[in-house]
Amino acid sequence: MIKFCIRIFSLIALSISVLFFVISSAFAGSPTKVGFVYLTTPGDHGWTYAHELGKQMVEKRFGKDVKVSVVENVPEGPDATRVIRELAKQGNEIIFTTSFGYMEPTLKVAKEFPNVKFEHITGYKRSKNVATGNIRFYEGRYIQGVVAGLMTKTNKIGYIGAYPIAEVIMGINAFAQGLKSVNKDASISVIWANTWYDPVKEADAAKVHIAEGADVLAQHTDSPAMLQIAEKNGAMGFGQSTDMSAFAPKAQLFASINNWGPYYIKKIEELRNGKWNTGDGPNHWPGNVWGGIKSDMLVISKFQNMPANVAQKAQEALDGIKSGKINIFAGPLIDNTGKEIIPAGKALDDGALWGMNYYLQGVNGKVPG
Amino acid sequence: MITFIPRDKVSKNWIIIAPILSIVFTIFFGLLIFTFLGYNPLETLYQIFVSPFSRIDRISDILVKACPLIIIGTGLMLCFKSNVWNIGAEGQFIMGALLAGFIALSFPNIETKFFLLITILAGFVGGALWAFIPAILKTKLNVNEILVSLMLVYVAMLFIDFIVRGPLRDPMSFGFPLSKPYPEGALINKIPFPGIGFLGQLHYGILFVFLLVPFSWIFVNKTLGGFKINVLGSAPQAAKFAGFKQNSITITVLLLSGGLAGVAGVIEVSANIGQLQPEVSFGYGFTAIIVAFLGRLSPIGILFAGIIIATVKLGADNAQMTMGIPKVVTGLFEGILLFFLLTGETLQKYKIKWSEGKK
Repeated sequence: MIKFCIRIFSLIALSISVLFFVISSAFAGSPTKVGFVYLTTPGDHGWTYAHELGKQMVEKRFGKDVKVSVVENVPEGPDATRVIRELAKQGNEIIFTTSFGYMEPTLKVAKEFPNVKFEHITGYKRSKNVATGNIRFYEGRYIQGVVAGLMTKTNKIGYIGAYPIAEVIMGINAFAQGLKSVNKDASISVIWANTWYDPVKEADAAKVHIAEGADVLAQHTDSPAMLQIAEKNGAMGFGQSTDMSAFAPKAQLFASINNWGPYYIKKIEELRNGKWNTGDGPNHWPGNVWGGIKSDMLVISKFQNMPANVAQKAQEALDGIKSGKINIFAGPLIDNTGKEIIPAGKALDDGALWGMNYYLQGVNGKVPG
Repeated sequence: MITFIPRDKVSKNWIIIAPILSIVFTIFFGLLIFTFLGYNPLETLYQIFVSPFSRIDRISDILVKACPLIIIGTGLMLCFKSNVWNIGAEGQFIMGALLAGFIALSFPNIETKFFLLITILAGFVGGALWAFIPAILKTKLNVNEILVSLMLVYVAMLFIDFIVRGPLRDPMSFGFPLSKPYPEGALINKIPFPGIGFLGQLHYGILFVFLLVPFSWIFVNKTLGGFKINVLGSAPQAAKFAGFKQNSITITVLLLSGGLAGVAGVIEVSANIGQLQPEVSFGYGFTAIIVAFLGRLSPIGILFAGIIIATVKLGADNAQMTMGIPKVVTGLFEGILLFFLLTGETLQKYKIKWSEGKK
């Protein structure tokens, strides 16, 4: 009992001292305080892990000039509002919220803290102090389509989608464009996992694809499960978000790597120089970054497990996208029901990409919903 | 083999000592684990238990987090007391929120806050209807309500998912699965405090908890209905002899607990989210089961249990923000806390008997 009392007293004493420490450090402030909110844990080896790598680049680049706080496993709802608000209260000057579902929570908290900068990843709503950042994932998928078209023997490509939203659909269509450029006979079948991260479901979807005869698999979900199944069954596939060759040394053809580091660093630098802003106007367009291969936000890992001529074709596609010679969504585009989307000589703009709710030629079935 | 034998009477001293011992053990093992993993153990404990109380807006965050847990837990209490095992509060929460959301979105221009009475009622009906399925299956066909209510959780999850991707999707959402924002009349506002402004996310929905707790206390302890539930749970035979209709009690408690879970869903969505999205609950319906038992199936107990669970959850977030302790570690600590609290509770009522392996 006495021991317990002592423990309680020491706890109270400690709490008071910690409180003072917190208060004093809030006023000392020389390092830039940066907050990150993660949807899952870096252990997903996909989406969140890619953000974790970006965070590590920030720490490496700025060293003692930044102090980074991270909160993992934050569900997309009221908890997000609370966590983001708490990060703002604790004096973080710029807060990266790294999942689409944080959009409304981020905007809500941003209104309460006009002096704190917010960077919402993959959203479309901005404000005076909320910028958005996203990656042109679809560029990597075009190259995947090229490689898949040259590697497939069954002409059946299995694709695992997370949710039928524009971002995923444009990825499927970009893949189809790449595929069509080298192989007119191959087609893509899509299975919707209805989750971003569920290794069991992803693995099941991969098994179904393989059972139906697909020999090249692609995914727009987060875990390495699909590649592991491919590895076991002698099929091939592509890594998602991070290099997954450790999970499937024989099956990964290459991985599209989300490289958030340079973007984070640029934004933190802008903040430190007082140059961070989202511009004027109702949409705050200057606050939107949608970078791809050219701006190094999407990185293509080394081409492996493929013959030299395929790797060369892949490299050509990569170079073409980088130089702007290849416009993935240039007309004529025809959807898989035969309807013309855009005539020759024109190309879809970014707005049209975000409105995609159809499959292009080369994809089987139709978009659910 | 271990067998549990009920004690003849529960010692009064142990009622006080057991929870204290549980907490001492929890703290001891917590210190051990945190030290072993290389975190400052005292600061960690401070972050988990004390820091959520260190600012007034953090205290309000606790209330906001505890609000759905207490409401659902109170409903579950009625079920568990009468030996009806409703494991599906999560699904009832979702269906309540969904029906209320459907009505809210059908009147896009409504501004009067009286509309909230309708949406909350709709939430009650939605949750109660979802609980009615296991109720009717149990009473008519003797189907196990644990399985039915649990499986209906997943049906509800998929159903709301379908609704926000299809019929109720906001055409302006770029294909993302979100409904339109609720009209002003269906939103529960934050409470403004004179001179302070808003305290975090503290909203008027919390008032429902302050009504519910005394009301349910009176119901359980002072009314015939509460008495019936108690008797049915503790002595089913006696209830039969007394002529209590078991089936109608079973249906009533399931409807009430489903309805309350639905109301919790409406309050959570109307106050904190403001639109429908694929995920509106975050395991509240399951966590509330722990809350109900931790609160010893009593309304006051559930109030405190809800606050304790909410505190530890927020403390875990704080520990992560300030000290970088991963959620898995604080989750482990939460597990230890619950383990010792429930062990203490059980050992008060039961003796352990070790029998030699001869069956």
